[in-house]
Amino acid sequence: MIQTGDLVTALVGLEIHVELDTATKMFCRCLNRFGDPPNTHTCPVCIGMPGVLPVMNRRAVELAMKVGLALDCEAPAFTKWDRKGYYYPDLPKNYQISQYDLPLSIHGHLDVPLGDGQTKRVRILRAHLEEDAGKNIHEHPAHTAVDLNRAGVPLLEIVSQPDMNSVEEVAAYARAMQRLVRWLGASQANMQMGHMRFEPNINLHIRRGQQLFKTPIVEVKNLNSFRALETAVAFEIERQYEQWLEDNDYILEKLGKQNRGFDDQRGVTVFQREKEEAHDYRYFPDPDLAPVVVDDTWRDSVRASIGELPLARRRRYMQAYNLSFKEADALTQDAPTGNLLDEAVKLGADAKRCTNILLGKVAAVANERGCSIAEVGVTAAQLAELAKMVELGEITAGASTRIVARAIEVGGDPRVLAEQEGLLAVTDSTALERWVDQAITANPQAVAEVLSGGKKQKKAFGFLMGQVMKLSGGAAAPAQVQELFARKLGPLAR
Amino acid sequence: MSLEDLSAMELAGAVAAGKVGAVEAARHYLDVIQRRDGQVHAFNQVHPERALERAAAVDADRAAGRGLGPLAGVPVGVKDNIVTDFGLTTCSSRMLAPFHSPYRATVVDRLEQAGAVIVGKTNLDEFAMGSSTENSAFGPTRNPWDLQRVPGGSSGGSAAAVAAYEVPAALGSDTGGSIRQPAAFCGVVGFKPTYGRVSRFGLVAYGSSLDQIGPLARDVADAALLTRIIAGHDPRDSTSLDVPVEDYLADLEKPLEGLRIGLPREFYTQALDAEIAQTLRQAARTYESRGARLVEVRLPHSRIDVDAQGQLSSYAVACYYIVAMAEASSNLARYDGVHYGHRTPQEPQDIIDLYCRSRAEGFGPEVQRRVMLGTYTLSAGYYDAYYNKALKVRRLIKNDFDRAFEQADVLLCPVAPTTAFRLGEKTADPLTMYLEDIYTISVNLAGLPGLSLPAGLSKTSLPIGMQLIGPVCSEHRLLRAGRMYELASGVRRLRPEMAKKGGRP
Repeated sequence: MIQTGDLVTALVGLEIHVELDTATKMFCRCLNRFGDPPNTHTCPVCIGMPGVLPVMNRRAVELAMKVGLALDCEAPAFTKWDRKGYYYPDLPKNYQISQYDLPLSIHGHLDVPLGDGQTKRVRILRAHLEEDAGKNIHEHPAHTAVDLNRAGVPLLEIVSQPDMNSVEEVAAYARAMQRLVRWLGASQANMQMGHMRFEPNINLHIRRGQQLFKTPIVEVKNLNSFRALETAVAFEIERQYEQWLEDNDYILEKLGKQNRGFDDQRGVTVFQREKEEAHDYRYFPDPDLAPVVVDDTWRDSVRASIGELPLARRRRYMQAYNLSFKEADALTQDAPTGNLLDEAVKLGADAKRCTNILLGKVAAVANERGCSIAEVGVTAAQLAELAKMVELGEITAGASTRIVARAIEVGGDPRVLAEQEGLLAVTDSTALERWVDQAITANPQAVAEVLSGGKKQKKAFGFLMGQVMKLSGGAAAPAQVQELFARKLGPLAR
Repeated sequence: MSLEDLSAMELAGAVAAGKVGAVEAARHYLDVIQRRDGQVHAFNQVHPERALERAAAVDADRAAGRGLGPLAGVPVGVKDNIVTDFGLTTCSSRMLAPFHSPYRATVVDRLEQAGAVIVGKTNLDEFAMGSSTENSAFGPTRNPWDLQRVPGGSSGGSAAAVAAYEVPAALGSDTGGSIRQPAAFCGVVGFKPTYGRVSRFGLVAYGSSLDQIGPLARDVADAALLTRIIAGHDPRDSTSLDVPVEDYLADLEKPLEGLRIGLPREFYTQALDAEIAQTLRQAARTYESRGARLVEVRLPHSRIDVDAQGQLSSYAVACYYIVAMAEASSNLARYDGVHYGHRTPQEPQDIIDLYCRSRAEGFGPEVQRRVMLGTYTLSAGYYDAYYNKALKVRRLIKNDFDRAFEQADVLLCPVAPTTAFRLGEKTADPLTMYLEDIYTISVNLAGLPGLSLPAGLSKTSLPIGMQLIGPVCSEHRLLRAGRMYELASGVRRLRPEMAKKGGRP
């Protein structure tokens, strides 16, 4: 609990590690694949045999640049590779090829959508590319096993400035980054597969009267889920304030930076015993790799591959398609879903009707399956056809839901499906006229109420429409039925 | 004429012509190795079965009328820091004593594609760190000219194997002079090509920005032949040059016209042994007599200072040892007892203990010294004072050469300050040993090609070498200049007493 008179501001920066979605590893041709038996995607290069040399994966550099440029970073013309030295069994060479002082991307920002429709700008300090380490597996009491399938997988480390001031902002930033790298096709960003890992830096600025106190900056290592990230940050904000209340010396000037681990079970951060000496990574330029020279042509071609970003697309949907914020937001969670909408519109369908279909039955199925709307499998052609049929009154809105369900189930042309299911609206005027005449003849009372133009007119008309639907087994095209009533009962019947 | 008298090129020609069988040649050399290598210890391992198999394949190719490569049936030794997917690759270290490489170096591929028959792996200073081959975990190699003397190093095994006529040619590696200095000590030709000219893929790294593979041979023509075979771009080595390889054998016998021979003033000082200086002046006159022009050039940042106590010092040596050791400390980090190589037999307390014991047991004292010094110079707070400064000096050294090559086509220099020294003479003082490289390391720092060839013999019948240095990618001209001296002076295919017919040490 914050004491009266204290003004506490949390400052949180986030390092996000993102595994890039390349076919092969960063410096060799082994497959970049998760989940296969240990050490099946290894070669002399990625297991650090004597005499091997790394060869840079250009695709990984491009994906990293793409993310950087999408974050509005500068992509310097000259960047290089450095060796970061530390000993660990999952690091076969005992150095990691990384980027030290000249990273691929610097000085950008990400506009993070917040729950209230506002955005928060988080500055990006740098984003550099490196190779991932393998995994130590502690399943056996007597020994540790090492799986090097992950060793050498391209890893993008995105470092933000400490611009976030709450758990909500941290969570929104992390999710926006996930959406962005997926959007760009740079990473699957699947948390279960360890594609994204977080290391937040947290400290507090406490204003008490005229004085400003800063708590030590705590880095929490290796958080593998959004839940862990949120829990750890929330815990740290609370803990640092409590500790400062207890101990006036718990301040940045005295203690500097500290590392803490995260106990997933208990949801708390835990003090990590300080190393006897500070880690000295002994960075130096890797003599096995040429520096990466990024010329304008290359940079421009990568920039051109970015396309429209999520927030810009959301804005466009609200303006050009007249969608609500909620609708536009729902359709811009991933690129393929929006692409589906855009393609259907290009085929001549109405955006609003497409949206209703996508956010109706399709979204419901996506939700059941735990996939994105686009992944449900409805094609742009199906979507456009359906929307047009609704618009022309060839099917009713209710029928469209059933046709979507069939389309998802068995696929095929919606028009054919509608016919097969007998859901195509009857537009034959002879049949319609017969039903309308029957309704008029059988319900003089309702007809009188419609013609009287009184209070009951609307309800009476609805009743007559319902009779026609009933006579037609729900297949009468409503717009045409309305036309017929108007013609027979006069313009009041609308 | 014995089979041994044939150079690599002549032997390949004889095999192709059917005058000599590849199996016959392999048997002969395997027999020579068996007779002589007990004294010399040029080889860490010999692979007779595989060699005979490969030789038989060459003979079969010939019998079937299939085309033969330019090294068809030529037995070759390969320095034991170049990985082969047969036998062991030990780097003359206890650390890798039991190491089987799962893959082979690009140069090994190229040799075998050219028809060469690899007979074994040659001795070296552990991980190529040394100038005498005394730092081998498997015992020193001896100089065939005087078995009490060192063959130089670190490619001492390859140089001694060629000098003792145990093979016509061998591959070595050169980080600071490791091909050229042993070539000079053993009276053979050794060639370090331009950095990046030959793929390093499969060369166990010591100083990655300096390492280069090259041949050791009996004459310049064979060195040219081997270089032509192993040189060329390799997509597996990002630092290999994507520049076409010239035909180094073309016009090799034709003297160069209007050749400008540069003599760096800084290299001809009192630091140089008088007899070597005299031999080099004689060599310069030989060039002059063939129409070359002699010019004095300056290499100020490679100069050698001598203090009142006669102690030598040089920017280049300081620069070299900082760069090489820094890179080595990182390159050798992978030998930790975890994945392969030596692991301590003691039950370790924890992972750090496993690392410490395995490395302390696996590495010899010189390797440990260099890893520690390299670790120190890369440490936080020292990086700028050492490594960064060394890179600046390196640039200045390179600039000196660029200027010198405006005046001269080729520089004529010493290879080492003395002829081969006695075993044990310098082991007590590492610094004196490091100064063996004083004339060779600038070439590595500048990434240039350097050719070491015999200039003559000393009064005590020890070979004296000379070094020709050229600009980047000037291999062809450099080899022609070397060949020009060889033909003019008649100093070539030197053969120590023990390597002569019936010769016994």
